[in-house]
Amino acid sequence: MNTLHTITVIINGQSYEREVEPRLLLSDFIRHEIGLTGTHVGCEHGVCGACTILFDDEPVRSCIMFAVQANGHTIMTIEGLTPDASEENLHPLQASFREAHGLQCGFCTGGFLMTLLPFLQENPNPSEQDIREAISGNICRCTGYQHIVDAVKIAAAKMEGQ
Amino acid sequence: MKPPPFEYFAPTTLDDALDYMADYGDEAKPLAGGQSLIPTMNFRLAQPEVLVDLNGLAELAYIRPAAGGGVSIGAMTRQRSVERSPLVAEQAPLIHETMPYIAHPQIRNRGTFGGNLAHTDPASELPAVATALNARFRAQSRSGQRWLTADEFFVDLFTTALEPEELLVEIVIPPLPAQTGYAFREISRRHGDYALVGVAATVTLDNNGRCEAARLVYLSVGDKPVEAVQATAALIGQKLTAEAIDDAAEIAAAQDIDPPGDIHASVTYRRHLAKVLAKQVLAKATARAKQE
Amino acid sequence: MSTRYFGQRIKRNEDVRMLTGQALHVDDVNFTDMLHVAFYRSRDAHGYIKDIDVSAAQEREGVVAVYTAEDLGDYWQPGPLLVPPPPTIEGLIFHQRTQVPLAKDKVRFVGEPIVMVVAESRYIAEDAVGDIWVEVEALPAVIDIEQALNEDMPTIHDDLDSNMAAHVVQKKGNYEAAVQQADLVIKRKLKYDRGTAAAMENRGIVAQWDAKSQKLTVWDTTQAPIVIRNGLAAMLGLSEHQVRVIAPFIGGGFGPKIMMFYQEEVLLPWASMKLNRPLKWIEDRQENFFATTQERGQVHEAELALTNDGRILGLKHNFIHDGGAYIPYGLTIPLNSQANALGPYATPNYYSEFKVAFTNKPIVTPYRGAGRQHGVFVIERLLDLAAKQLDLSPIEIRRRNFIQPEAFPYNHEIIFQDFAPLVFDSGNYEPALDMAIEMIGYEQFIKEEQPRLRAEGKKVGIGVAAYVEGTGIGPYEGARITVEASGKVSVASGIGTQGQGHFTSFAQIVADQLGVDVRNVYLVTGDTDQFHWGAGTFASRGAVVAGNAIHSAAVEVRKKILKLASEKLEAAEEDLELADGQVRVKGVPETAIKLGSLAVMANPLRGAVRPGTEPGLEATSYFGPESGTTASGVHALIVEVDPETMKVEVKKYVVVHDCGKVINPLILDGQIHGGVAQGLGNAFYEQLHFDENGQLLNASFMDYLLPTALDVPRMEIGHVETLSPLNPLGIKGAGEAGAIPAAPVFVQAVENALGDDAPEILEIPLSPNRLFELVFGE
Repeated sequence: MNTLHTITVIINGQSYEREVEPRLLLSDFIRHEIGLTGTHVGCEHGVCGACTILFDDEPVRSCIMFAVQANGHTIMTIEGLTPDASEENLHPLQASFREAHGLQCGFCTGGFLMTLLPFLQENPNPSEQDIREAISGNICRCTGYQHIVDAVKIAAAKMEGQ
Repeated sequence: MKPPPFEYFAPTTLDDALDYMADYGDEAKPLAGGQSLIPTMNFRLAQPEVLVDLNGLAELAYIRPAAGGGVSIGAMTRQRSVERSPLVAEQAPLIHETMPYIAHPQIRNRGTFGGNLAHTDPASELPAVATALNARFRAQSRSGQRWLTADEFFVDLFTTALEPEELLVEIVIPPLPAQTGYAFREISRRHGDYALVGVAATVTLDNNGRCEAARLVYLSVGDKPVEAVQATAALIGQKLTAEAIDDAAEIAAAQDIDPPGDIHASVTYRRHLAKVLAKQVLAKATARAKQE
Repeated sequence: MSTRYFGQRIKRNEDVRMLTGQALHVDDVNFTDMLHVAFYRSRDAHGYIKDIDVSAAQEREGVVAVYTAEDLGDYWQPGPLLVPPPPTIEGLIFHQRTQVPLAKDKVRFVGEPIVMVVAESRYIAEDAVGDIWVEVEALPAVIDIEQALNEDMPTIHDDLDSNMAAHVVQKKGNYEAAVQQADLVIKRKLKYDRGTAAAMENRGIVAQWDAKSQKLTVWDTTQAPIVIRNGLAAMLGLSEHQVRVIAPFIGGGFGPKIMMFYQEEVLLPWASMKLNRPLKWIEDRQENFFATTQERGQVHEAELALTNDGRILGLKHNFIHDGGAYIPYGLTIPLNSQANALGPYATPNYYSEFKVAFTNKPIVTPYRGAGRQHGVFVIERLLDLAAKQLDLSPIEIRRRNFIQPEAFPYNHEIIFQDFAPLVFDSGNYEPALDMAIEMIGYEQFIKEEQPRLRAEGKKVGIGVAAYVEGTGIGPYEGARITVEASGKVSVASGIGTQGQGHFTSFAQIVADQLGVDVRNVYLVTGDTDQFHWGAGTFASRGAVVAGNAIHSAAVEVRKKILKLASEKLEAAEEDLELADGQVRVKGVPETAIKLGSLAVMANPLRGAVRPGTEPGLEATSYFGPESGTTASGVHALIVEVDPETMKVEVKKYVVVHDCGKVINPLILDGQIHGGVAQGLGNAFYEQLHFDENGQLLNASFMDYLLPTALDVPRMEIGHVETLSPLNPLGIKGAGEAGAIPAAPVFVQAVENALGDDAPEILEIPLSPNRLFELVFGE
């Protein structure tokens, strides 16, 4: 039952090879095996969206996938948005969240960013309703969402100019 | 909330997958998108001994025109691909219209079309829609394949007609007949939640503008998709006036369904919603049929 | 002092770390030799434990230890009573019963921990929990709050005669006499049901005993690290200096993370010392629905006596409060409910009696609002009903009863949760009401929009409610501020932080005093090795109490800077200014010393520190208010009810808020937005459904409905500033304001939308299903 599987995964551009038990959740693998703890876990049943990552460029919930399933795939997490963690190099989406106060405790933020990155690439000029629908699978308990929506509008303007 | 241990196989061909299913039979669960199965395992409500991961089966991820019209969808096609497929929008517009109701994009990116149907959650949209559209299901095992209708496929709560060694591999959605309209609506507490009640309808008009055929299939009111047969029977041969639709909706809510009550909706409230929704989808489907 | 930062919408200092995934949370703490903990929790709400069999769990590979209550020996003790009842209330009855680390003879709620499993991974620990067998002789569960107090109910605590945990009567004037004079008495029964705070981060603890250094380090998602440290040291027989508690970045608190001591908080440090290994327990979401404290169950019977012109003569307000299985937090919540029913209104006569009932449900401690919304619900609903009967507008009846600006400080003559008399420090309520009416477009809505939309068959309605919020209570907080050789300024404070923006708002206060860039002020908070005096983050008190302590310390440091700079620059102190990280002579900017250089001069390597002086540019100060500040405000909203589905859409939401001087309006707006979202969740989405056996029917995010971005409307916020006389900065708290009146005002608007045949709505939470029942019958 505990047969280990060797997997190779590219995360944020770096290749990792690890042995994993089949039942290891992808969220736990990213956080505790790889040490990228910016991906947070809020419910472990696929509802809150905090653990959202990009899996082959599409946002998915990492808490309802097994790490073994990531073998041969490409993942991006919140840590992959910037080359370093400096203020100067923030991605426009991150900078917009800061500008609009789109985060309070910051626990859900990574999931929002990972949901929004492909959304803004596909929808460069989203309406408020579009934005609210896009983030409706991510729960934030602090902000009441308004500043997040504002941040997305600012980000859309910034990213369009790029 | 960590899942129990299991043995894991990741075949890359359908033949290999069918071999695993044949070898492990009852102990094995096929793992498609996992968007329902893995949460259930995290709660330890499901404890399969073996998972056969179908995500490597590229041969089951396709959307193509079906022989004889309509659209043929491979079981491992992601829900998001179905949602975005121009072919589905053209050939099975009811499915196209329904896809955004399924959870959230993050779930649809991973969840599969076939996985959703084979899970047979009574609160899920696709089983009801597939029933309304007379979808056909191709089941395959090492010993061969067979075709099932929706009525045959959906057996009970979380139960299909699939044998332990069988996999659902393909779903064929036949084309809508001429002068046929369709509609889907549901009421949920929040966007993306399981519906309190949902319903899919198709309406076919004859050359005199009378109802030639109609389907009205509910979700979240029973153990599997529930077809309102008495309601639609009452529509056949009728001009689909507001009164006729109201009457049918009344029959559907009062006679065709026997909905459960739970913390989100009482029996009475569900019946009420069933009536409200039936009116809406029948009216919309009729209007669309007239435009055909 | 310049106010370059105070009052400005400054971007937050902490954001970059959070936005890049570099903010440390408890579950991010990992050690190679770390073990993981899971708990076997009671499946029964009420019963006697007959047998516990852990043998199979012990034999499982990867399991290191399994503990039951018996294994704890003398360490097994009921938790402390955090807040005793106010000593000055006459005739008060209080039965202290607090939670135990692991249930021993009896279980009292589903989810109560019985066995602790320590294993090589959380996965294995959960496997082992599945191996455990506990036999419980079940007793009838006490679930309904009112029935709980019936004499024939089984008692949850066997040594008590009933399930009554407390009984408190408070009064002012003579309510019965007021009734005699009244033209109208409105009497109703109102209900408020349970919800949960559901912070996005569940609780978690990492405990690491280092035998070689004899030091225990605990990372804890607590809102009160210092109290935890002191308590743990005492329980474990260690010096306080041997225990370091770190509350790092915390993913939302909202009250339940101030509960002390959670069972797990007591157990992990103990087991870490016993096993000499670091241990981690991270609560999962399912556990959170049982193991983390909850709130809000109350049943009220209230009467309002008025004159014909709508003036309040008296209020009678009796209620039962659901205390859950244990009451470690004393009477904080019901005392808040009792106080807040008085609202911003001059109420000459008040009689209020409450009982706290033990129930077989999870422990109740404060959650954002902490009983205040119940009081607001009661008085606002009664005023609405009275207005209807007297043919007054809901606006007018409130206006006529507001405490007038010249009446402050206003003494309500009852005791508040901080044991001090309930005295409102300052307030000016009409301007807030006027602004809210203006912003929501009240007149235009009532006269034009509503009739027009109603004619189209739309059910639209408006609500306006006022509230006060007791904030910023004592006992005290402190801070130490140091100018470092680099010129950066460090601030150490004891309160923890859960997203409130303390790294920024506190930095703003300091930056203004010391003339430095706000980004050069570095805050350390929630680490007992850095600062070990203080109480914690709760009751909307962080900005008021810690903010003023920090201000006071900054003023002291500023004095030291000026004194030393005056000597070095040979200039009078009054001729100096602090700006751009320097001290300089006004008008002679080239005569300046950098703060960093001055800090080095204040801490010389040669020469003595003169008697009566201290080295360095550093000061430690404390602030302890005698009583709390009273914030206030008005919420207004417009809703549309779908008459077919009974779904409710909030079309517009306005908040006018008065929390005195605002440190950072951007942060304040965020606090209010989030509060309103939780308030609306409470009003229409969130309800914990317990069945008659005490089983929670919706212990998941699939069935416990947190509002999403599509459920929370855009909000408009207006500010009124009535300064508090109780602190030098003139500030009041704001953390809970958004949440407090949201549900009452929502109910008022829904009732208004349903029109003349609307049912009287006297309960919260609602849902489309419940509204359907209220309108069409069950």
